[in-house]
Amino acid sequence: MKEIIQRLKQQFAISNVNQQRGDLTFLTVKQEQAVALITYLRDFEIFTHMVFLTAVDRIEDNQFQLTYMLHNYAIHQDLGIRVMTDREKAEMASIHHLWKQAGTYQRELKEMFGIDFPGSPRVDESFILEGWDNIPPMRRDFDTKKYSEETYFPRPGRESHDPETYMKSKLYPEGDA
Amino acid sequence: MFAPDRSKYPEVVNGKAIIDLDSGKYLKLWQGPQHPGVTGNMSLELIICGDEVVDCKTHVGYLHRGFEKLMERRKFIQNFPIVCRICVPEPDTNEYLYAAAVEELAGIEIPEQAKWLRTLNMEMSRLTSFLMWIGGHAGAFGLGPIGQWAVTHRDYMLDLFEELSGGRIYHMYIIPGGVRNILPDGFNGRLEDTLQKIEKLLGEIEKVMLNNAVFKMRAVGLGIITHGMIDQYGIVGPIARAAGLKRDVRKDSPYLMYEHLDFDVINGTKSDAYERLLVRYREMFQSIDLIRQIMKHIDGSRDIHTKLPNVLHWKIPAGETYVKAESTRGEYGYFMVTDGSELPRRVYVRGPSYTHAVALLEDLIVNVNMADVAGLMTSLHTYPPEIER
Repeated sequence: MKEIIQRLKQQFAISNVNQQRGDLTFLTVKQEQAVALITYLRDFEIFTHMVFLTAVDRIEDNQFQLTYMLHNYAIHQDLGIRVMTDREKAEMASIHHLWKQAGTYQRELKEMFGIDFPGSPRVDESFILEGWDNIPPMRRDFDTKKYSEETYFPRPGRESHDPETYMKSKLYPEGDA
Repeated sequence: MFAPDRSKYPEVVNGKAIIDLDSGKYLKLWQGPQHPGVTGNMSLELIICGDEVVDCKTHVGYLHRGFEKLMERRKFIQNFPIVCRICVPEPDTNEYLYAAAVEELAGIEIPEQAKWLRTLNMEMSRLTSFLMWIGGHAGAFGLGPIGQWAVTHRDYMLDLFEELSGGRIYHMYIIPGGVRNILPDGFNGRLEDTLQKIEKLLGEIEKVMLNNAVFKMRAVGLGIITHGMIDQYGIVGPIARAAGLKRDVRKDSPYLMYEHLDFDVINGTKSDAYERLLVRYREMFQSIDLIRQIMKHIDGSRDIHTKLPNVLHWKIPAGETYVKAESTRGEYGYFMVTDGSELPRRVYVRGPSYTHAVALLEDLIVNVNMADVAGLMTSLHTYPPEIER
């Protein structure tokens, strides 16, 4: 794996290389070089299996971290490629031409995080949520509790308690133990 | 050379059929969401020409419960009862992978005996899931009784899970730090009885399903997946093995105690629905054999859990990892990101059905006879909940 990283360093601006386990490495690459790096890995380093593509909301840095996980069956190594993209204008080049299933991942990311992949097939069609009218729900600033309180109404006749004070009063009826 | 008359079928341009629904030649048909072809709920929007499928779109979202979002708002220990619900017929893979990811990021080593018990649990769950699948697969081809036999035997396995963990479907047996219980008294004997019953059942299934002429006529040659498609679509597990590739996470990246067990990767060559059945059928015998091997290493007197810090205030250092295991459908994985707080920052669940039931099925189903759609779906062995975690 070290030789592969060395070869990558000669051609691409990669940083934060982290060998998490013997068979798992992560690295960060600049957004504009990401598709070239992934294509190089697929075609020249036999990372032929695209395991998944997902995003992490780094709201404190105002960024999304996309993670492309690739696998090499010849040396049984996983390689996670992190790509940081701006959270306000979340857009990334599509890789649907490299793997057929990439389009599905990109469609889900568009729906759940609001990251756009221009040109990806059916990327604007809803994948799981139909008729969603709020901010993309997997973003950190989407508050599930607030949404459900606003959208659904509580059924009458149901009592609700604050769990902490309720359990305290049940466990220690005479006051604090 | 014989060339069938396909003038009545739509013209194909760049691999896509040109379909004008208003022409009256085609029929749009929804298969699902309640359908015997799949365990769980998903639906196919089919366009039919005659009795042949010419276009398909997979629709999911009927089961979305937002597990990944839920996990971001719960402490590490509060998540272990949630993860098993991501895959109903085979929950233990989720339990193990969640625990393994947490342990890796927290730097915890678990006792050897806990690893053996986890391996046992994983193989028992593979066998149980295969029993559910073979019932569904037989049902999709009109062999109803096999489904009933297989589900009965799955229930015998669930009895054992109930003894072990208290739960039949969701076991919550594997927890971060180890496992919850040692095996109950006399478990080995009852497990052996059940394994023998399942072996007898498999012998009967061979006679009535594998050697059934009608079944073979329908399954042989159905849904052929070429070598080139395997990586192009990210295909894993028995489907890749039925195409002749030696790919099994248990061998390629051994986890738990699999490297101490004696087994071979089971392969096929023809890569059609029948070959995939054969591969999974042989993997059921493999699971039975592995369970017997594992039972020789179980010792009730040894430690099964590591001491954890106070789990209600458990902070895990910032980091990220990806762990994977071989489920009955292939590579199943958990990608976890932590930020040093008491809650996981992100947990992503990679289920094999995500690619098999969407990108692959949509392309594979074209030109398949309508009556074989359910059989094709079950031959891909998809569990929709893992598509829409």
